[in-house]
Amino acid sequence: MSMTDPISEETHPVRLRVNGISYDIDIPPRRLLSDALRHDIGLTGTHVGCEHGVCGACTILVDGKPTRACLMFAIGAQDVEITTVEGLTRQDGTLAPVQQAFKDCHGLQCGFCTPGFLTTIAAGISDNPDPDQEQAREMIAGNLCRCTGYQNIVASVLRAAELQREEDAS
Amino acid sequence: MTTKMMGERVPRVEDDRLVTGNGRYSDDLVPGALEMAVLRSPHAHAQIVSIDVEAVLDLHGVHAVYTYEDLTGALAEPLPLLIPHPTLTHGRTQYTLAKDEVNYVGEAIAVVVADNRYIAEDAVDRIEVEYKLLTPVVGIPAARAARDLVHADVPANKAATMHQSFGDADAAIDAAPHRLSLDFTIERSASMPLEGRGTVARWDEDLNRMSVWTSTQTSTGVRAAVASKLGLDLGQVDVVTPDVGGGFGVKIMHPWPEELLVPMAAKALRHPVKFIEDRREHFISAAHERGQEQHIEVGFDDEGRMQGLSVYFWHDNGAYTPYGLIVPIITSTQLLGPYKPPNYSVTFESLYTNTVIVTPYRGAGRPQGVYAMERTMDAIAAHLGKDRVAVREANFIQPEDFPYAQGDLLFQDGRPLIYDSGDYPELMNKAKALIDWEDFEAYREEARAAGRKVGIGIACYVEGTGVGPYEGGHVHVETTGKVKVSTGLTSQGQGHQTAFAQIVADELGVPFESVEVVTGDTRRSPYSVGTFASRAAVMSGSAIALAARNAREKALRIAAEALEADVDDLEIADGIVRVKGAPQSQIELGTLAVLSNPLRYAFDEASSAATQFAVGDPNKPPVDEDDEPGLEGKDYYSPMRCTFASGIHAVIVETDPETAEIKILRYAVVHDCGTLINPKIVEGQIHGGVAQGVGGALYERMAYDEYGQLQNASFMDFLMPYVTEVPDEIEVDHQETPSPLNPLGLKGAGEAGVIPTSAVFASAIEDAEGFPITAMPISPSELYALRLEHEHDKDVERPAK
Repeated sequence: MSMTDPISEETHPVRLRVNGISYDIDIPPRRLLSDALRHDIGLTGTHVGCEHGVCGACTILVDGKPTRACLMFAIGAQDVEITTVEGLTRQDGTLAPVQQAFKDCHGLQCGFCTPGFLTTIAAGISDNPDPDQEQAREMIAGNLCRCTGYQNIVASVLRAAELQREEDAS
Repeated sequence: MTTKMMGERVPRVEDDRLVTGNGRYSDDLVPGALEMAVLRSPHAHAQIVSIDVEAVLDLHGVHAVYTYEDLTGALAEPLPLLIPHPTLTHGRTQYTLAKDEVNYVGEAIAVVVADNRYIAEDAVDRIEVEYKLLTPVVGIPAARAARDLVHADVPANKAATMHQSFGDADAAIDAAPHRLSLDFTIERSASMPLEGRGTVARWDEDLNRMSVWTSTQTSTGVRAAVASKLGLDLGQVDVVTPDVGGGFGVKIMHPWPEELLVPMAAKALRHPVKFIEDRREHFISAAHERGQEQHIEVGFDDEGRMQGLSVYFWHDNGAYTPYGLIVPIITSTQLLGPYKPPNYSVTFESLYTNTVIVTPYRGAGRPQGVYAMERTMDAIAAHLGKDRVAVREANFIQPEDFPYAQGDLLFQDGRPLIYDSGDYPELMNKAKALIDWEDFEAYREEARAAGRKVGIGIACYVEGTGVGPYEGGHVHVETTGKVKVSTGLTSQGQGHQTAFAQIVADELGVPFESVEVVTGDTRRSPYSVGTFASRAAVMSGSAIALAARNAREKALRIAAEALEADVDDLEIADGIVRVKGAPQSQIELGTLAVLSNPLRYAFDEASSAATQFAVGDPNKPPVDEDDEPGLEGKDYYSPMRCTFASGIHAVIVETDPETAEIKILRYAVVHDCGTLINPKIVEGQIHGGVAQGVGGALYERMAYDEYGQLQNASFMDFLMPYVTEVPDEIEVDHQETPSPLNPLGLKGAGEAGVIPTSAVFASAIEDAEGFPITAMPISPSELYALRLEHEHDKDVERPAK
C-alpha cells in the first residue's frame, strides 16, 4: 500500500462468544480482541496497560486459559469461549471467590491491573485448588501491578483458593 | 454508641465496582467519541523546517489534523510555568504543539482526530515533517559540560541555581575533627502507572458547556488550564475525574498538551473526542524523575555528630520546567531527614537536557535527598568504625526538640522548614527490634560459614506531608438519612472513599454504610488543589472532619428544638439523635434533614412534615437570618505549614558470590504517619511504595542513548518489578505521634514506602560487599564490575604494603 492510498477499513462480520453470550459485530480484520471487547461489545472491564502482552492487565480466559487480549485479533477469536472479568461474577450478582478474596485481602488499589489478575487466578485455582505460598506467587508472576507491591495479591490467591474449596465442599 | 471507625481495618467500598469490571476509567467513557493520535518528535533536538499534512486531509475517517499553525489565542502561547520561583531565572515550557523546535523525543508536533485510534495512527504516519537536526544534550555530564545548549538562550543549560544555608557549614567542616568528601549519583525512573494518560471531552452546544473527564491528580487544575487556554469561563468547564489507574505523581498538573487539545477539538468538531495514551507514548512523553549527581562535604566529631554539612547537586530537569523547581527544592530540604546538623549549606543547579521533562514522582526529590544523607551517615560510620545505628542516633532530633526548625530553610510550600512532631529515637528502637539488628552479626557469621554473603542496611527519612494551600469538604445529609460527601481532590487508588467515610461516620455519628464520598468532581467541589505530596488524608481528611462537625452542630441545633431539649444533652449515634439517658426521646438525622428545609410542597410522606402549615414559629422567618436551608456542613482546612511524617526502613540482602545477583531476605518498615485512619490502607500504601522502591534501587532506569533515544521505552525493557522481584513479606510496625497541626492528628502516608529504598539497598549491599556503593540503581552486572574493580584495587595495593 502506498502512502497516498486511502486507509482500508473493510469490515467483516464477526461472532464472539463472551461470558456465555454471543455478540455479532462488524469489524476490520486488524481490530484487536481487547478493543473489540471494550469498544465494540462494551465490556470495559478488560483493561489495556501496554499493548504488547507484557503487563497482563488485558488477560481474559480463552476456553478457560489465561490469554492476552491485546495480542489476539478479534477476527481470530470466533470459535472460542471467552471469559472476561465481568463473566467471573455469578449470575445472581454474587462475587466469585477470587473477587471476594481481593476485597478481603486488600488485593487492589487503583484496580486497573485487577481484572487481569482476577482472570489469571480464577484459572490458576481451578488448575491448582490448594496452592502454597510459592505456587501462589508463581500463579501471578506474569502480571504487573504498580500499586500493591503484590503481597496482598499473593494473600488473595490463597484466600480465593480457600473460598473456592469451601464452596466446592458445600 | 456507634462503633468507632477511625483506626479500623475497614474493607474498601471502592472494591465492589473494581473487582467486577464496573470501574469507569477514562477509556471506558463516552462510547463513540472520536479518537486522537499524536505525531511525536523522533528527534531529541531539532528545528522544524516544515510540516506537510496534505496526505492526511482527505483520508476517509479523518476528521481533523492540527499543528501549531492551527492554534489560536492562549493555546498558541507556551504552556504555563506552573510554579514560578525567583531563582528559576531561565524557566522554559513547551508549546501545546511544537513551534519551530523540538527538544525531546516524544514532544507533540501534530495531532489527528479520526473515527478511531487505528485510523488516527495511520494518518499520523503520513504527516511529513522536515527537520534540521541539532546536537542533543543527554545526561547530567553533558548538561554540565554545556558544549551544546538545549535552549539557545539559556547559558550553560542552567534553568536555576539555588542556594540555602544556615550557620557556616564550610567553617564548621574545616574545624571538625573528621572530614569526608563524597560523590553519589542516582538515575532516572518514572511513575509508570498501569493506566497511562487519558482525556475525554464533550462540548455541549445547547448548554454552552465543556465536560472533561481526565485521568488526573487535579481536576480543578485541569479545569483552570482548559478554561484559560480555550478562552472559556471557569463556570463553563466541568472536569470530572473518573477512576484513575494509578498516578504516583505523573498525573499531577502540567497541563499535558493532550488535555488541552482534546477539549479544543471536541469544541471545534462538535463531537466528543478522546485521547488514550499508549505505553510507548507514556515512556517518551509523560514525565520522569530522580536523576541527580551529588557532591557532599561533611565534618563530624568522634561520635559521628555532624558539625557541618555542605551539599552541591546537579538536577536533570529534562527539556522544560513546567513544574518549576519543586523536585530539587524538596531534595535540598528533606535531605536533612531526622538529623540536626548545626551548619548546613546546599546549592543545586537545575539543568536542561534533551529528554522527557522531570516532575514529581512518588517521593518527589526525597528519595534522592535521603540517599545522599543516608549514604553520608554510613560513610561516617565506616570512617569511625562505629555502628551505623549509633551514628544516626547521635545526630537525631530529640522528642523534646519539637517543634524543630531546620535553621531558616524554606520548604517546598515557601514556608519555614519546621518539623511539628515525631519521636525518632523510639522509631529506631522499633526498627532495630523489627529487623533484629543486634543479632545480625551472628547471622552474618553463620551465613559466611555456609559460603554466603549477606548484608544489612538501614535508612531513615522525614517527609513533609499535607502541603497547602487548602482543601475543602462538603457533607450533606439527605432526607433518607444517607450522607453525601464531596471533596475536590482526586483518587488514584488510595481508598479515599473508604477512609473519608470512616472519618464522617465517626464525626457525624452515622453508620459507615450510609456515607458516600465523591472526589475530584469540579461540579461538586470547585475549590480544590489536588492529590500529591501525601496530602489527601491530611488536607481533605481534615476538611471533611471539620465539615462533618459543622453538619453535626446543625443537626444538634435542629434536634434540640424538635425534642425540646438542650443541645448539651444530646448525642448522635447510628444516624439517630438521642437525649442522653432518655433514649425514647430521639429523632433520625433524615428527619432533621426534612425539618432543616422548610417546604412549600409536600412531594412525599417525609417532606409533608416540613411544609409551611406543619412546622415553624409563625413569628420567625422559616429560614433564620444567618442560617441556610438543608442539613449540611462545609469547611476548608488550610494549614500553616506541612506536617512531618517519618520512618525507618531496614533490609537484609544476600549477594551471590558468583553472579552478584541481589536477593532480598527481609524487609522491615517502621512508620509514623500520626493518627492512622485505616491501617490496612496505610500498609497497602507502604507495600506498594516499597515495591516501587525496589524497582528504583535494583531494576528501573531510563536508558537514553547519546542521541536522546530512550532505548527501553516498553514494559519488555524497562524492568518494573513483578511479584518475583519483591520480598514475600514486608514487615511493618507503626508509631503514632499525632500531628498538632490538624484536627485528627494526621500525617501523610502515600509516598513513604518509596523514599528511603535506594538508600537502604545501597547500605545493605555495601555492608555485604565491603566496598562503597555510590551509584543507584545497581544491577548484578554493575555489582560484578565493582567487585572486579575493588579486587583490582586490592591487587594493586598489595605490593605497596
